[in-house]
Order: sequence, then structure tokens, then C-alpha cells
Amino acid sequence: MSATTTATTTATPVLSARGLVKTYGPVVAIDGIDVDLYPGEVLAVIGDNGAGKSTLIKCLTGAEIPDVGTIEVDGERQDFRTPQDAREAGIETVYQTLSLAPHLDIAANLFLGRELRRPGPLGGVLRMLDRTAMRRQAEEKVSALGIRTIQDISQIVETLSGGQRQAVAIARAVAFGSRIIVLDEPTAALGVRETAQVLEVVEGLRERGMSVVLISHNMPNVFQVADRILIQRLGRVAGVVTPKTHTAAEAVAIMTGAASLGEE
Amino acid sequence: MTTTQGLGELTAAERFRSRPLTRLQRIQRLLHKHPEISPLVVLVIASFAFQLASDRFLTASNMSLILQQVSIIGALAVGQTLVILTAGIDLSVGALMIFVSMVMGSLAGNVGLPGALALLVGFAIGMLAGLINGVLVAVVRLPPFITTLGTLSVFTALALLMSHGTSIQGDDLGSVLTFTSVPVAIGPFQLTVGVILMIAMYLALGYCLNWTSWGRHVYAVGSDEDASRLAGVRTRRVLLSVYVAAGLLVALSAWVLIGRNNAATTSAAVDANLDSITAVVIGGTSLFGGRGRLTGTFIGALTVGVFRNGLSLARVDVLYQTLAIGILIIAAVALDQWIRRTGAQR
Repeated sequence: MSATTTATTTATPVLSARGLVKTYGPVVAIDGIDVDLYPGEVLAVIGDNGAGKSTLIKCLTGAEIPDVGTIEVDGERQDFRTPQDAREAGIETVYQTLSLAPHLDIAANLFLGRELRRPGPLGGVLRMLDRTAMRRQAEEKVSALGIRTIQDISQIVETLSGGQRQAVAIARAVAFGSRIIVLDEPTAALGVRETAQVLEVVEGLRERGMSVVLISHNMPNVFQVADRILIQRLGRVAGVVTPKTHTAAEAVAIMTGAASLGEE
Repeated sequence: MTTTQGLGELTAAERFRSRPLTRLQRIQRLLHKHPEISPLVVLVIASFAFQLASDRFLTASNMSLILQQVSIIGALAVGQTLVILTAGIDLSVGALMIFVSMVMGSLAGNVGLPGALALLVGFAIGMLAGLINGVLVAVVRLPPFITTLGTLSVFTALALLMSHGTSIQGDDLGSVLTFTSVPVAIGPFQLTVGVILMIAMYLALGYCLNWTSWGRHVYAVGSDEDASRLAGVRTRRVLLSVYVAAGLLVALSAWVLIGRNNAATTSAAVDANLDSITAVVIGGTSLFGGRGRLTGTFIGALTVGVFRNGLSLARVDVLYQTLAIGILIIAAVALDQWIRRTGAQR
């Protein structure tokens, strides 16, 4: 964006999308959506089933290619074709399905797709993995996030509970220095206590200056952690509200079409 | 398993989940982590039993013989393990091995090409065939079972069309192609170059699977392909490379085959295909992908060899040997199902 003013309130968005459209044959999933994500904020995306939340997220994270529209990261135009492209641009995603390999252990999953190799000819010629370094770093990263539910980094993911798996997935997303984290329904499968832990982690991310996009059905969760809330309805943006200006009931009314956002 | 401390009382379900493990569950977990233990136990017990039945069983010469007997199946099972780890299956390995051996044999024996060149052409054919399987599985997205069922027929037909059903004898093949039959004495054991080559194949692929990121990705793709793709693994490239590598491993097995038979013939090793799957399954590798070790496959191949050899030393009919192998397969898969349930339970 060109309007780089000095005031912090009008800072440059780290992620900015304009006019995103995605259709699947005759089905219009999203119909011209604009999104801005600012540094150090938690932006929640809410909407009814079929409102196009998942499609929007997939377009922002390279899992789908939008038919029309532009995406900019730090003011730079990006054409994501794969999730790796988005990852390289600094956008990490925790999918609802978590994308963990169940038969591998926690350390192997944290480093999946970016394994470390031994220094010297062992790594260079023989391409040997540096297992000890990966294990050590995995332990550091997990404990730095304050995730208490994971104790043994060599545990096979298949043997973990839902909350523990979520923690591993989030740890992987934030462990590699990216600035934008997208969380798709991170608390949908969790109990109250595990949900509280995940929200704690989300608040921790904001304190570290990261930007978070949070997709959730759970209004209390959303109103607890979000700075701004983007309400989607029938593939379009029905409005952007904040927890200070609107109540959860009002947000739901906009989401379902019972009320509309007249002002702004 | 201790859950979240410092957050108040445990719920009833959490108390249930953190109950102490029974001995059976502990065994189940151990086997879950080390799937090669169960075939090893079977192998050790069977060896003792066969030694009791015939005191010639555990001699150096008989053990050398077993290793030579399993060299073809053992070599073929290396490529098979790789494919099965990705939750696939390769029904065409046996046919491809015979086809490649006929290509090598014809080029050296009939066309008169130098042996080394015939060997290299054979390796290239093996990799090309693997690439065809790989493209059909990873790009066209056909199920591996159907793909390789088709290529099984194609490779069998090509081998017969090329050779018109005739064999090429060892004398015409030259020293390079029959190099795998050269005896190698290690202490009291009389091995062949073919046996050494088979063991080298296990060591080489074992290194790649356990110590490189490619190996990790093979396991990850077999474990959950979609999740691996989203996690940043180039799943299509991994699958393609797996089938090409399997093709090369099969071509190496063809070399072992020529040495063992001292001929290139289409009538050799017709059961090799299913036997290679047997070795993998008995070795504890899951047919559902993502779990298994090459050590297990080696033990599995040895187990099949030990059963066949031991039962014939004990003068048991060949048909009973086949029966015993069949029961072993079913027991191995049943065990795998039982072990897999640990993951679902906790």
C-alpha cells in the first residue's frame, strides 16, 4: 500500500487482499472480498456455514488459487500457487485437519519439509539428518511457547490427544519465524481447559508482534482474543466490527443477515 | 501419561486415560514403536524348532544356503517395502524383474553388447518402468493396486515377446551379468556376490529411509498424504521418486536373479512377486503405509527362507511349507491390526 502514514493506527497492513473471487463450477464460494491484517493484531473471521470462510483462508494461504483478486504481503504483490509459496512469504497456516503425519514423532513433525542436515560432508554429500539438533530445537521451541501439555518430544503423534496435536500444529506454525499465522478452527475439537490454553498461546503470539487470522465458530472465544472481527455472509464481507463497539449478539445478527452494518 | 498439571482436578475421563498400562498394553506399545520385533521372535523360535528337528539346520553351510535361496526374494522385497511404506503396493515387481533380466540377457547374449552396457541399459529400463508406474500413481492418480496389476501384465508380455520364450544360458551372458554368482567366503559362510549385493541394497535404502529428509517424507506421505502436502512436503515428487527408486532396486534384483539361475529365463521366479509382499508383511510393515522398517523386511525374507528350508530338512511336504507361509501372513497382518489400535485408543 502506498498510504504509509506515520500514525500507528494507520500502519501498513502486513497482509492485504483485494477483490478475491473463487468459484467452483456454478458455486460462488467468495464474491469479491477485501481483507487487511495489521501487525500485532488478532483478526477473527466469522461466518455461517457456507459463508466462504474456508475458501478465503485457502486463497490467503496458497491452498487454492483465487480466480480474481490480488494478495499483497508487506506491500508486495504475491501469486501463491502452493502452500509453500505462502509459507516462504511468511504466512503459516494451522489447518483444521492439522496436517500432521500421525506415524512420525513430534520432533519429526515440527521439522517436516524443512529438516536440518548435519554440517560438513555428512550433511552435504550423504544428506544426513541432524536428529539431535532437531530434537533439541523442537524442545526449545515447544517450551518457549509455554505449551505444558507436551512432555516427551519423541512421542508419536498418533498417541497424542486432540489438544496436544493442536499444540504441536501451532508450535510448528510459529516456530520458524513467520509473522502471519492463520488458525482454522483451532478450538473446535477441544475441551474447555485445552481451549483456554490455545487462546493463551494466541495472545502470546500477539504480544510477540505476530499477526493472527483466527477462524472460529465460537463467539466467546472470538470476543475474548480478537482485536477486529471480519463478518462474512454469503461470500461477501458483511462488516468489520470490534469487541468494543459490538456485542456477540449483534455480530451474530449481522452474520445471519438479521441486521446490517449501516454506519462506517 | 500425566496430563496438564496445575490446572485443577482431573476429570473422570482423564483419570481413566491416565490409568496405569497393563502388561499387554505395554507389549502392544513396544511393538508399535518397533514393528520388527515380532518377526524376529518368530524367526528365533522357528530356528530353534528346526534345529531340534534336524541338527544340520544351524550349520554354517545350511545358513549360507538359506541366504542364497532368499537373495532374489530378499532383493525384490527392498523395492516392495519402499512402495508399501507409501501406502501403495507394487504387483509388477516380479514381472519387471524378469523383463529386465531378459533385456540384459538378450542385449549381452543375442545382440552381443558388452555386459556392463547391457547391465546399465537394464537399470535404465527398470527406472523407466518405475517412472511409468509412478506417473500413473502420482499424476494420473490411479490406485497403485490397479496400476501395477496392469503393468504386471504389460511387463510379462514384453518379456515373452522379446525372448519368444527362450532362455539365454550363463555361458553366453559374459562375466559381468553372471558376476552375482561369484562365490564369496566370509569365515565359514559360503556366500555369493548376489547375497552381498542384496545386503548392500538393504543398507543403502535403510540409510536413505532413516537418515535423510527424503526418507522422512516417504514415511510422512504413507502416513497421511494430504497432511504431508499441506505441511510442505512435495508429495507428488516423493511418490515419483519412490517408484523410480523401486524400479532401480528391481533392476538390481534382476542382476541377482541372473546370477542365481546362471541364465536369463522367463520361467524363473514366477512366485517372486507375491513372495516379496509376503516378506514385507511378515516383517511388520503396515500395508496401510507409514509404519515399518527395512530390518523387518530382511527378517521377514529370512523367515520365509527358514521355513521353506527347515521344513524340507525335516522332510515335510512342499505343500505344507506353502500352508505354513500362508498362516504366517495371516498372523502377521492380524498382529499389525492389533498394534495399530494403540494409536486410536490413546
